[in-house]
Amino acid sequence: MTELTQLTLSEARDGLRKGDFSAVELTQAHIKSMETNRDLNVFITEVPGLAIERAKEADHNRSHGKAGALEGLPLGIKDLFCTEGILTTAASHILDGFTPPYESTVTANLKAAGAITLGKTNLDEFAMGSSNESSYYGAAHNPWKRKGDPRYLVPGGSSGGSAAAVAAHTCLGAIGTDTGGSIRQPASFCGVVGMKPTYGRCSRWGVVAFSSSLDQAGPMTRTVRDSAILLAVMAGHDAKDSTSADMPVPDFEAALSGDIKGLRIGLPCEYRPDGLNSDIAALWDKGVGWLKDAGAEVVDISLPHTKYALPTYYIVAPAEASANLARYDGVRFGLRIEGESLDDMYAKTRAAGFGAEVKRRILIGTYALSAGYYDAYYLKAQKVRQLIHQDFVSAFENVDAILTPTTPSSAFPIGENSDDPVSMYLNDVFTVPASLAGIPGISIPAGLSSDGLPLGLQLLSKRWDEETLFRVAGVLEEAAGFSGLSIGGEG
Amino acid sequence: MTFLIKGETETWEVVIGLEVHAQVTSEAKLFSGAPTYFGADPNSQVSFVDAGMPGMLPVINEICVEQAVRTGLGLKARINNRSVFSRKNYFYADLPQGYQISQFDLPIVGKGTIVLDMPDGVSREIGIERLHLEQDAGKSIHDLHPSKTFIDLNRSGVALMEIVSDPDMRSPEEAGAYLRKLRSILRYLGTCNGNMDEGSMRCDANVSVRPQGEEGLRTRCEIKNVNSIRFVMQAIEYEARRHVDVYESGGEISQETRQYDSNNGETRSMRSKEMAHDYRYFPDPDLLPLVFDDDYVARIKATLPELPDEKRERFISEYGLTAYDAGVLVVERETSVYFEDVAKDRDPKAAANWVISNLFGALNKMGISITDSPITADNLGKLIDLITDNTISGRIAKDVFEIMLEEGKGPDAIVEEKGLKQITDTGPIEDAIGQVMADNPGKVEEYRGGKDKLIGWFVGQVMKQTGGKANPGKLNELLQKKLAP
Repeated sequence: MTELTQLTLSEARDGLRKGDFSAVELTQAHIKSMETNRDLNVFITEVPGLAIERAKEADHNRSHGKAGALEGLPLGIKDLFCTEGILTTAASHILDGFTPPYESTVTANLKAAGAITLGKTNLDEFAMGSSNESSYYGAAHNPWKRKGDPRYLVPGGSSGGSAAAVAAHTCLGAIGTDTGGSIRQPASFCGVVGMKPTYGRCSRWGVVAFSSSLDQAGPMTRTVRDSAILLAVMAGHDAKDSTSADMPVPDFEAALSGDIKGLRIGLPCEYRPDGLNSDIAALWDKGVGWLKDAGAEVVDISLPHTKYALPTYYIVAPAEASANLARYDGVRFGLRIEGESLDDMYAKTRAAGFGAEVKRRILIGTYALSAGYYDAYYLKAQKVRQLIHQDFVSAFENVDAILTPTTPSSAFPIGENSDDPVSMYLNDVFTVPASLAGIPGISIPAGLSSDGLPLGLQLLSKRWDEETLFRVAGVLEEAAGFSGLSIGGEG
Repeated sequence: MTFLIKGETETWEVVIGLEVHAQVTSEAKLFSGAPTYFGADPNSQVSFVDAGMPGMLPVINEICVEQAVRTGLGLKARINNRSVFSRKNYFYADLPQGYQISQFDLPIVGKGTIVLDMPDGVSREIGIERLHLEQDAGKSIHDLHPSKTFIDLNRSGVALMEIVSDPDMRSPEEAGAYLRKLRSILRYLGTCNGNMDEGSMRCDANVSVRPQGEEGLRTRCEIKNVNSIRFVMQAIEYEARRHVDVYESGGEISQETRQYDSNNGETRSMRSKEMAHDYRYFPDPDLLPLVFDDDYVARIKATLPELPDEKRERFISEYGLTAYDAGVLVVERETSVYFEDVAKDRDPKAAANWVISNLFGALNKMGISITDSPITADNLGKLIDLITDNTISGRIAKDVFEIMLEEGKGPDAIVEEKGLKQITDTGPIEDAIGQVMADNPGKVEEYRGGKDKLIGWFVGQVMKQTGGKANPGKLNELLQKKLAP
């Protein structure tokens, strides 16, 4: 049955439609893969029983002509989405035993379309990290390894569990969230497609908040088509999220015309710093060549405030997080360590419940918002954020999309960067600007590094123009001809 | 009405600014659909948003926005077409999100004014600095268990308007008048029920003193959460005298938050400035700026009721009432409506008199409000009609009024039932006069001998004889005629 896990999401969808196999068979195959890949630690919670039950329903629905767009397709759900009746941890000790009595809008949309939840995927604690190592449940592992090196590599983060789960074929697709690169960077590390839509495209209701003005849900899949299929279901206006946009959701799959003739693609000079990894620089050049071959016009552009993006992000995101994480106080749910007084209970609970990286960001954010520092840090960061946004607005007056590398390096061994937060933060240097600007971005696996690890290229477009992004991404994917892992083994 | 504190060395003036938290009258909370009924079972009106559950997001309740704008218009204030909700961060067990969503540098309502009509006839204009919308916190209950605190989140997320005055008040009386006037306006507008005993309106008082004539403000202390107008006035007076004592004994006042203890009438320190929270306000990224256009404001303005100040002016000009009577009648909208119903097509002064002198006194004694009055405006009007058309005398009317209070019946029925109709026919009155004169020949002699004052005695006797029903005018006229030598 393992061959069913080799299907892409769209192939599985078509197979179910044709009756080649049942949703139960498809789900069982993925449950088996989930079990054989447990060494990767990609799932925090597996729900095989629920999944089989849902698969039976899906088969029943299909036999009664009531199949939804994703009927019977098993997915992994980042454990940052609240799922009714299923433990939701945000990979944090502080949410011990928290089983939400409600379902996030995005996962409710997927459910309503017939998708099946296999389990909750691992992530950096509260989505804070670029390697998955800050998870209270231990780091997820990248199914890829360097040639001749047996060490486990990080899957990237924060949606590392989702990326690794998709790469290892334990699910047909997964959903993640992206705050500064948390979908795109792990997608690049694991050789899958990771899409962060426009801010406001997917509802944030029921997603454990990290940084409210940046958090955005998106799909992680093995193909661009799968990404388009999932996003179409995830997206849509939600009255319960004031920042969700009342915009029509286009047929993203229909945008995959394969035709990019005459499109103008920008190459920002700021994304090619001195000392850029040569594999990555070479891959970027290749990508340019592929797009040119397909009839696109390539132009050099400048995004002058790029260098301020990372420091700006590390003010805005921790500031918002410091308030968003105040509700984890031991009073109503999750972990509580009793204390002598209310303050003592807070201190003990939060000291035990949060990991080092989360504490670091709460402290940074609290400092940045403090009396006397607010203007110098938070307010200034907001102003710079406007400038970064303006950079993109100006750029998109002349180009339809922008092509950059997704990450400055390939996946690294577990533990390699964990002593140095700043070098860890640098992983997001190419993804953070788009997050700050609220524009959509997609990472496409485009090749391998010299030591055999996947590398991604990133495409960016203006707000609400995911269709152009998918169209160009489809062409890039085709040209790159990247072949993922076979069965959770070597590349 | 000056309020000055004579100290040992100086005469001191008190400076007062008030912050009022007024609960917005609305079916649902500020950012959730949970209901807001007073007195519901603990934690029975709590949505996932109000409980600060992971992933929950606030969505503004437009009714609350409308109520805030309406209140701003009622306070003749500047309405800000763009305002911003900010997070005010602090930890407390009854603050589930770990922050209160409030408004900071960009409130929905800016500067306005409230006019106070003081009992001495002087008008005082008090500036409103701002009005902003914010969430209420829940309630901590410490006395149900020796070591545990219970939390009731019913109030969590309820919409409040924080209305901040300028430091324009100079006496406890002005502070009291301000609160009564503000409450009156809020009730007219229907934006807050103003019930301080239910916590729907709470007051923080900022108090400082300075030597009479000194420019500039000295250090203030904030007295938190006082829950009656009387206590606010007492707390201010106590606090002002405390400041004077401190200054006169060579000390300094330090800025702090204080609490009023109504049991002993004192304020005591809650926390000093050093212990004050750094609230780390920043715009709430879960909410877009609150933006509306002028048409929106104009539409709300078109629905504003006549407010107490305008109504008072109209009562003076239209009904010829004194400023005092008009002022009393407009405090509660219900009272003014009642009065106008009574005064319709009748002598407005008589109507005002009956409402203020008789009805208010009676209702006060019974401890009920005008909306529960056993005497309807219609019936009180009919009572006045009975006096006007000479069916009963003013004296009998007072008796009828008492019976109306007790029995709730109309005056016609009571007059009919008890046979209280005034006697205006000459015959029976003359008969009664004849009887009294026959029984008291000595008094008749005395009167005729020049003791004019005895006329009153005769009136009383004849009235007695007629059971008080003789028409007083007729009686007087006939009595004079009969007694004439």
